[in-house]
Amino acid sequence: MSPPDLGFFIICALAIIGLAYEAFTQPTAFVQVSIFGLADGAMYALVALGYTMVYGIIELINFAHGDVFTMGAYIGTAILGFFSFNENSFTAINLVALLVVFPVVMLVMGAINIGIERIAYRPLRNAPRLAPLITAIGMSFVLEGVMFLWHGPATVHVPDLLPHGPGFQTTIGGVFIGFKDVFVVVTAAILVTLLAIFINRTRLGKAMRATAQDRDAAQLMGIDINRTIAATFFIGALLAGAGGMIWGLYYNNIFYNLGFRTGLVAFTAAVFGGIGNIPGAAIGGVLIGLIAAYSDSYIGSKWTEVVIFGILIGVLVFRPTGLLGMRVPEK
Amino acid sequence: MALLQRRRMRDRDAMIYGVLLILALAFPATVLYATGSSALISQAGHAGTFVLLAIGLNVVVGFAGLLDLGYAAFFAIGAYTYALFASSQLDSSPLHHSFHLPFWLMIFVGMFVAAAAGVILGFPTLRLRGDYLAIVTLGFGEIVPQLSYNLPQWTGGINAIGGIDSPSLPAWITGPWAGANNIAIIRPDVCPVLGSSTKFAPCFSFGFDPIAFYVLIVIMIIGAVILVGNLHRSRLGRAWMAIREDEVAAAAMGINTVTTKLLAFAIGASFSGFAGAYYGASFGLVSPDQFLFLVSVTVLVMVVLGGMGSIAGVIVGALVIYFVLNSILPQLPSTVESLANTFGLNSLNVQNGDWPGLAQETQRVSFLVYGLILVLMMLLRPQGIFPSRVREQELKHAAVQEDEAAVEAAHAG
Repeated sequence: MSPPDLGFFIICALAIIGLAYEAFTQPTAFVQVSIFGLADGAMYALVALGYTMVYGIIELINFAHGDVFTMGAYIGTAILGFFSFNENSFTAINLVALLVVFPVVMLVMGAINIGIERIAYRPLRNAPRLAPLITAIGMSFVLEGVMFLWHGPATVHVPDLLPHGPGFQTTIGGVFIGFKDVFVVVTAAILVTLLAIFINRTRLGKAMRATAQDRDAAQLMGIDINRTIAATFFIGALLAGAGGMIWGLYYNNIFYNLGFRTGLVAFTAAVFGGIGNIPGAAIGGVLIGLIAAYSDSYIGSKWTEVVIFGILIGVLVFRPTGLLGMRVPEK
Repeated sequence: MALLQRRRMRDRDAMIYGVLLILALAFPATVLYATGSSALISQAGHAGTFVLLAIGLNVVVGFAGLLDLGYAAFFAIGAYTYALFASSQLDSSPLHHSFHLPFWLMIFVGMFVAAAAGVILGFPTLRLRGDYLAIVTLGFGEIVPQLSYNLPQWTGGINAIGGIDSPSLPAWITGPWAGANNIAIIRPDVCPVLGSSTKFAPCFSFGFDPIAFYVLIVIMIIGAVILVGNLHRSRLGRAWMAIREDEVAAAAMGINTVTTKLLAFAIGASFSGFAGAYYGASFGLVSPDQFLFLVSVTVLVMVVLGGMGSIAGVIVGALVIYFVLNSILPQLPSTVESLANTFGLNSLNVQNGDWPGLAQETQRVSFLVYGLILVLMMLLRPQGIFPSRVREQELKHAAVQEDEAAVEAAHAG
């Protein structure tokens, strides 16, 4: 075992011992925190998948992705305005609204992300590496600017559509579980499974994997590179839009630059799982959600960002391929 | 032919430097005569900080081709190093004793502390491929302001460190600017003997005169340009460019790539620390809000927009972006409002229901405009305003040589 790996394992072991102590002394609180962390982690995973797919295929840190996530929640809130739902009790209209809003938001965000790729990234495909990175930051500002223009700096209320309150929650052994927590985790799990099937079983999914491995060789095999990359952005935005909508329905509050911090955390999750690795991003997202929740309750929420970005640096220093990454880092 | 072009290119840089120098010298006097206040000079001193930052980041990004997304962290380290040891902040810390060390010493201490942080951060990560460095610096850039928020007993947290000492010239430096009775070197009538006038007069003293800081930053920038220009032409500079073009080939030529990259990273960080100490002294206040991701991005944009690798281009890029961010965008609301009044659209300026009024609405647009500027600049001119032509020349020259070699080979065959 090389020294970097040893360092990585020592840090992991210390963290696990600390958590085990908490789990042993206060099991109820520990399980409760884990459930909140799992729900957060499921949402981070949805965003992290978009980062990892785009990075895998064109090696770009897509800074605008976090704002695509927020934009999904904004557009979803606007669409929900057409329904006369009831926030206090779950009615049939609420169900219809939910069933309509998810596909619409996902498709709209997919279309917007394809537009972003077409305008800001495709013309720069052969430019120096920094150029698309700057346009990504620029597009991030543009999206944040649009949302700021739309609703101003204040937080926006997202209707509390999901079933909640008595009857939709339960307490098992002192641990509170709401329908919302279950909904978030189940929806995210379904979306990730669909994505995995798509990537592994379809022609387009195969084209994406081939393009990510070797773009020139894929092109020689007759794969339309531009179409494949556009499809990657489309699917990434489907997941991010759904993630944003879920976030809005879970927390009921969104603001224009929510995507900045969420995006960085999700990006950390993607790096944690091994950037470019799709199952890695999903697992990384859940782990980062859990770590953030543990840090919030055992270290203090003001230290959570330091912990998360410390992990980001630690992973890259000790294990640059991430948890699941098998690729040997090039020099 | 190639020689001629190279000379023309050198002329272009010399011309930019000449114009910038004349503007820098003429600026304070012009502003004082035109506006009668030194507010713009103070802003120019602030812009100078960003020029210095851009020159430093250019070493990392432009010369060595390493992407640094957390440059503001080193800026923060420099600023806090000066602020902690040149204010009364440490009185209220667990140390219960404050220091007031001289600026001229601390600016170099800040520089070395930032460089040391760069080495500590860069050493384990520079062995990895380029993108990982970008991500590590991004994380570092997020951690440093957070630490300063979270350790209020040391850094003052969100309340910032205020009352930072101004630099003072040592007593043995005598001249018209030393002593209590300052003599203005710009305009005698605005700087009479102190106490005899109620007018807030600009005099050459760091205590209350932005011109002093302006002169200091101009001198610092000139020093930085000479230093970085020499580095660029040195053996180290050529090694940086070799690594930027092809790291494997550079390593095969006997360049120690880790040390060379580490030097670029540390030198870039030291410029940031230097600029940070100056910034703390000139602003008199250091708070974590001043070192967020947006600052790192802004400096990176200055470098890329000006033309990576070209020192003159980077200075122009820094000034242009600073002007857009701090002059054009903040003034946009009032400009649009008066424009609407001229065209008889006064009703647009009044708040009405969901419409927050034209000025407010324009203010909301400004962030979007900045984003659009970034995207358009990159699409229209990805190589920057004044790209490093040396690099273009090198590439062109290599192509010509290859052609000649092919012709020779054909003749020989």
